[in-house]
Amino acid sequence: MRATFSAPIRLGALLGAGAFALTACGGSGSAEPSGSPAPEQNGESSSAAPEAAGELTVWVDADRADVLADAAEDFEADTGIAVNLVQQDFGEIRDQFVSQVPTGEGPDIAVGAHDWLGVLVTNGVVAPIELGDAANDFEQVTVDAWSYDGQTYGVPYSIENIALLRNTELAPEAPETFDEMIEMGEASGATYPFLVGLDPQAADPYHLYPFQMSFGAPVFGTNEDASYNPEDLQIGNEGGQEFAQWLAEQGEAGVLNTNIDGDLALENFNSGDSPFYLTGPWNVPAAQESGIDVAVDPIPAPGDSPAQPFVGVQGFFLSAQSENVVAATNFLINYIGSPEVQTALYEVGGRAPALTESFDAALAEDEIVAGFGAVGTDAVPMPSIPEMGAVWDYWGATQTAIINGEGDPVELWDRMAEDIAGALD
Amino acid sequence: MTEPTTTSGPRPPAASRKDRRRHQANRIVDGTTGWKLMLLKIIVLSILCATAVYAALVLFINDRWLIGSLVVVGAAALTWIYLQRGALPAKYLAPGLVFLLIFQIFVVLYSGYVAFTNYGTGHNSTKDHAVQAIMLQTQDRVPDSPTYPLTVTESDGEIYFALINDNGEVLIGAEEQPLEPAEGAVVDNGTITAIEGHHVLSFADLLNRQQEITNLAVPLEEDLNAGYLRTQDGQRAYLYTSRYVYDENADTLTNSATGTVYRDTGEGAFIAEDGEKLMPGWRVNVGFDNFLRAVTEDSIRGPLIYVTLWTFAFALLSVATTFILGLFLAIVFNDRRMVSRKYYRLVMILPYAFPGFLSALVWAGMMNQEFGFINNVLFGGAAIPWLTDPWLAKLSILIVNLWLGFPYMFLVCTGALQSIPDELTEAAQMDGAKPFQAFRMIKLPLLLTAIAPLLISSFAFNFNNFNLIYMLTGGGPRDVSAGVNVGSTDILISMVYKVAFVGARADYGLASAFSILIFIIVGTISVMAFRKTKALEELN
Repeated sequence: MRATFSAPIRLGALLGAGAFALTACGGSGSAEPSGSPAPEQNGESSSAAPEAAGELTVWVDADRADVLADAAEDFEADTGIAVNLVQQDFGEIRDQFVSQVPTGEGPDIAVGAHDWLGVLVTNGVVAPIELGDAANDFEQVTVDAWSYDGQTYGVPYSIENIALLRNTELAPEAPETFDEMIEMGEASGATYPFLVGLDPQAADPYHLYPFQMSFGAPVFGTNEDASYNPEDLQIGNEGGQEFAQWLAEQGEAGVLNTNIDGDLALENFNSGDSPFYLTGPWNVPAAQESGIDVAVDPIPAPGDSPAQPFVGVQGFFLSAQSENVVAATNFLINYIGSPEVQTALYEVGGRAPALTESFDAALAEDEIVAGFGAVGTDAVPMPSIPEMGAVWDYWGATQTAIINGEGDPVELWDRMAEDIAGALD
Repeated sequence: MTEPTTTSGPRPPAASRKDRRRHQANRIVDGTTGWKLMLLKIIVLSILCATAVYAALVLFINDRWLIGSLVVVGAAALTWIYLQRGALPAKYLAPGLVFLLIFQIFVVLYSGYVAFTNYGTGHNSTKDHAVQAIMLQTQDRVPDSPTYPLTVTESDGEIYFALINDNGEVLIGAEEQPLEPAEGAVVDNGTITAIEGHHVLSFADLLNRQQEITNLAVPLEEDLNAGYLRTQDGQRAYLYTSRYVYDENADTLTNSATGTVYRDTGEGAFIAEDGEKLMPGWRVNVGFDNFLRAVTEDSIRGPLIYVTLWTFAFALLSVATTFILGLFLAIVFNDRRMVSRKYYRLVMILPYAFPGFLSALVWAGMMNQEFGFINNVLFGGAAIPWLTDPWLAKLSILIVNLWLGFPYMFLVCTGALQSIPDELTEAAQMDGAKPFQAFRMIKLPLLLTAIAPLLISSFAFNFNNFNLIYMLTGGGPRDVSAGVNVGSTDILISMVYKVAFVGARADYGLASAFSILIFIIVGTISVMAFRKTKALEELN
């Protein structure tokens, strides 16, 4: 009995000692930084690198982690501030950031896409970052994309958009117009004159947007500073109705087919069953591996205006609750915004870089990137305003209905415009 | 390590045989007397307690008093439970209880709490954070203003901004002290290296005082409308004006250009008199608003009724079809006359061994209207819109769920059938019952007694069968003329998902309210059904 009784006491003593040791550590660790140089820490501190308190936490996805690790090393060598890289799944970052920042567990910096801005700004979790004169060093469309309500919220690093992939064996020349493309496609003898991946339930407003733009029907009108104006819903205008009619015609002709989803479209293009494929850079490696000689062309317009796709711009942004703004801003502008890091990020991601210097170098070097980059710089940023959520809700379902001939196209389109306007109020 | 290595000292000599036997019994029951076990126990508990102490300290340092104390109390309780003799039930139940508390009770209570708030996009955090974010987001840089290369200095603990103007003069200013010419400034190669009475901060110093520096706004001139100098990186300053002024005492935000006053009216945001809201807002308690919205707002109520009906139909039909098929197969393969039924049984279980969401994806591909296996091969190229017609999509969901669910029913029915003695059937047949009669009157009631609770749980599972809906149809097809973002195969839980996570405006409060409604529905039905089952048991 005695032994078992004394065990908890001994354990308690042990724990007590441990707790004391831990408290002692915690105490010295959180000693407030004084203006004078850091107090000696057991003799090993007086190195050449400036000794600054604090640590930056950066959320980054696996693909970009290695590049950032190099930049972080340089940053630590220069400033003495360690950069703690936390790997996250890219798709998870937005929602994790929104829920973690208020708790104080969020990072100082995170990687993301510009169209998250609506959610991030409305939730008050992201801080503006003043690029200053450095803004001119980036491609204009990337800075526009990362602007929201007059403020810039991130340092962009890459541009992503769709363009027309062409199988050069089946179609040696780039088409000028949509109709010309279909003619060329039919003349080539391939099963499908043209491919685009659509969803049987929700079509794909993102991939069909360049065609819609060519009829002069953007979703929202724009303000003077190129930002979208949610008050000015343009989708239901005359151009939109023309686009709806065009969709119905193409659906009837079988050029647009909602049963060909993204996987099927890729598979058919890769097996040489179509000369043209409207898609993004993410599908190029697979096509090249299947032995297709791919060229990237501008998207041919069925309407009178240019066929501008949406462009997505990836970048790094700053938390509104960051306690290391000076360090984080330096890291963002001077390290992530540097040509070396931008080029390195381009090399792992395969998307055109946002910094003009790296952008030009990448375009000169790689024809595929040049093709997408050329389309991207003329493209329009995907709206990041939260109102866009209401648009997505109705947009794709209506496109599916029109393509499949389930009613009068103009009526369906008008109905959608009304529903969106209703949802925005 | 100064780990105590001795555990159990010499045992006191047993007084009597009876005593020793009791001791032995104790040893068997308690399982703690062996010194190896004791050592293991101490090591495990030490690790647990050390982790808990560390976690609690970190939490206390970060002012998380409640969670910190819970960790301490929890660890102490666990230690106490495992170091005492006896208390065997507690020893077995404690780990399970801990996980139950963390993963079930906490989650349920938290969704309950969220259902009474306006938590969602735009109402994400506290009021302090909202004010801070609004002020941050509405610092507008003065158009065409230059970049000011900045030197940060310190004097008597206060931070100053120093810069060189176009005339080469050094100007210095601080909080509420507009820029003025500095005395005794030393400029070297375009940068300020020293100012009399000031300590020029190095980059490392800047990093150590980041928050003071980034929070500092230095007026450009006596006239405050000219704007403030602020810096983000400590090296460059820019000229800003604030779109809003926050009055802490009156708790209002005022637009400095138009004079519009925004007040906190208790709705979790600053609202102007004309109803304009400033975003971000913050989280507040809204009472039963979310529940009221679910039943009063037309755009929610319409789809809610429709979706609830379909959810019931889906759950009931799923249970019925899978049970009937599973039972039929179980009876067939339970018959001794069936040759090599072992192998058939094995094949039957395959759909169950395959991950459900994967099966759903494969089925979605097979049901493609034009290229799917079903239309192309089984129906010779017919264009049957399996997933895009509202009624056929419902049917497809049920078919796929039948495929996914029958092996489970087959398994449990086989087990239950085998536990029913054959003599009962024989006796019934002796009494002149036909085979079907014997099955219906004898076997089925016995079977149902055993299976009914499983049917109820299967109903509850299917009621919330999110995977299947999400992977197969995504809730679609949508009726575009209905004007709501709910598809014809959406069940309650997939609708909750859409409310909470799809689109740019998440509404966790409303989604939690829906989940609570689902919980009440499923709970009520289960309780009622279990009552019925009890009656069934008593009957037998």
